[in-house]
Amino acid sequence: MKDKSKEVEVEQKPTVIIETKTANLFYGSFHALKNIDFEAYQNTVTALIGPSGCGKSTFLRLFNRMNDLIDHVNISGKILLNNKNIYDKSIDVDELRKKVGMVFQKPNPFPKSIFENVAYGLRVNGISDSGYIEEKVKTSLQQAALWNEVKDNLKKSAYELSGGQQQRLCIARALAVEPEVLLMDEPASALDPISTSHIEELIFELKKQYTIIIVTHNMQQAGRVSDYTSFFYMGDLIEHGSTKQIFTSPKDVKTQNYITGRFG
Amino acid sequence: MLNKSQRKTFEKIFEGLLFSSSTVTSITVIFIIIFLFSEGIGLFNSKPIEKEYFIALNETNPVKDISPSDIDLIFNQDVTNWSKLGGKNDSIILFTLNNITDYIPEDSLGVNLEFLPAQINKFISSNTGVIAYFPDEYKPEKFDAFILPVGNVKVSEFLKGKNWYPTNQPAAQLGILPLILGTLWVSFGAILIALPLGLATAIYLAEVADMRLRNILKPLIELLAGIPSVVYGFFGLVVIVPLVQKTFGLAVGETALVGSIILGIMALPTIITITEDSIRATPRSQKEASLALGASRWQTMVRVIIPYSKSGIAAAIILGIGRAVGETMAVLMVTGNASVIPHSFLQPVRTIPATIAAELGEAPAGGLHFKALFALGIVLFIITFGINLTVEIIKSRTKRA
Repeated sequence: MKDKSKEVEVEQKPTVIIETKTANLFYGSFHALKNIDFEAYQNTVTALIGPSGCGKSTFLRLFNRMNDLIDHVNISGKILLNNKNIYDKSIDVDELRKKVGMVFQKPNPFPKSIFENVAYGLRVNGISDSGYIEEKVKTSLQQAALWNEVKDNLKKSAYELSGGQQQRLCIARALAVEPEVLLMDEPASALDPISTSHIEELIFELKKQYTIIIVTHNMQQAGRVSDYTSFFYMGDLIEHGSTKQIFTSPKDVKTQNYITGRFG
Repeated sequence: MLNKSQRKTFEKIFEGLLFSSSTVTSITVIFIIIFLFSEGIGLFNSKPIEKEYFIALNETNPVKDISPSDIDLIFNQDVTNWSKLGGKNDSIILFTLNNITDYIPEDSLGVNLEFLPAQINKFISSNTGVIAYFPDEYKPEKFDAFILPVGNVKVSEFLKGKNWYPTNQPAAQLGILPLILGTLWVSFGAILIALPLGLATAIYLAEVADMRLRNILKPLIELLAGIPSVVYGFFGLVVIVPLVQKTFGLAVGETALVGSIILGIMALPTIITITEDSIRATPRSQKEASLALGASRWQTMVRVIIPYSKSGIAAAIILGIGRAVGETMAVLMVTGNASVIPHSFLQPVRTIPATIAAELGEAPAGGLHFKALFALGIVLFIITFGINLTVEIIKSRTKRA
């Protein structure tokens, strides 16, 4: 199945959804991201890999401007979503974040019911049609492969779910606002292997509708779920290419060392 | 350098010091509470009339029991007929040392009042409507009158009584309802003022203000807590009292409202600090989850941060009330201290702590008034203890959640 999708890529030129041009980011005087040129294509999964502190999570957070919350952050260069610079003054950050959903490392449901967690994004976007909200909650939970487990307990607190279920709830919550891009920051790192495989299957399904960028520490996971892989090291994007190429014939020796487990 | 055994001895001594200081502290606290209760409970074993005095009625008078507040009404001549107290239709004749010469010629009392007891006996037994109040030393040996049994002060009378005249003669009026209500009114008003202001400030500090501004504002607000309360009282007296008096066209500006304003200002640092801390304790992941879904900063605040920190906010409110309930000096200076049940914020009121502070100096140690003030102290202690307990319960519930 994977090979088939690769063939499709070769046949037609993939549409670029997200692009960065000489993106730089400073935390105070610390140069966290250095001159990064990057592309992500429609309906593909791009994995960001690299050792801890290499800047991959920081890079991911560029795309929904989550770094704005941190004091003393300076960003330069171009970060484009559908060819529009998302750091332009005319951009409404709240609107941007509706288009670019995010799933975090640790499941972070709100202390509300399962239903209200998924409905949250709709409610804050001014939707009050309860019929529409109910329908949307249902389809989002179905998309996140959680519906069958929770359909009878939608009023239960989200905290009563298991960690893996909570993470799928967070994915459903992000899907409910119909984003174009889904950012995932090590979404399975806090989960057991079974929950992890659930999430991975889910990512495979979701890429039919969404463009996904995923940060992961887990090489096998990157190999399993992604079409493209970017290797980050010390704030530099060392190598970017199709997952197959990165894993089988990396051009850079650092990439090779990291992938084969010699450091990281 | 110390060798090993020397070091061990040193550590033992140090441990002992730590232990003894904590013991001393705990014992002191317990001692204070025992002292408060032993003095205060004594009130309910005392009689509300002056020691070594008696009240006597004519033997034929069907009234055999008069409450302290009714005694007060009689001697203030607010009640002048026995029928009001369930007796016969007979007007009440007051008979005391002050007006004895209205009824009995002075020369028949003897030079050293040696005939007084006999005259008292004669007067009481020949007038059906009489109520007499005399020192025990003039009690006739063969007395044909009914000596009114005066019971101990009752807890219910103490809590529900509407009059606080602890030095009243012949029967002290020990009703603390006006004081409790005064305290509650002033505290309630203070919270009404401090809560919106404090919450707004805390939210602003925690979520809106940038770091530089917060670093200036927060210490300033905490400084508010360090200003002596007498300074607040002074400020209230000189600035707010005239302002309120003018604004509302009152005869006197010392009112519950001014007390509430001053206490509100004093409760602000507590409310702001605790609320801000609990808002900032909201996990970043919760905030990010909301923002990542396209919620604005304001929506995130209302829908996620405030619900998340609501128990901290509740604790802040209750501690603010606690501060207001126990505050003495500032309130004493600005509320006018009239011990009447308040009906509006524009009336003078008197609070429990202000009463204790103002009156303890005048109350002879061990006397009825003294004990009554300690009993007031117990009431205040129970109120503030209840408040602190509530805070602890809320806090422990938060920890479990």
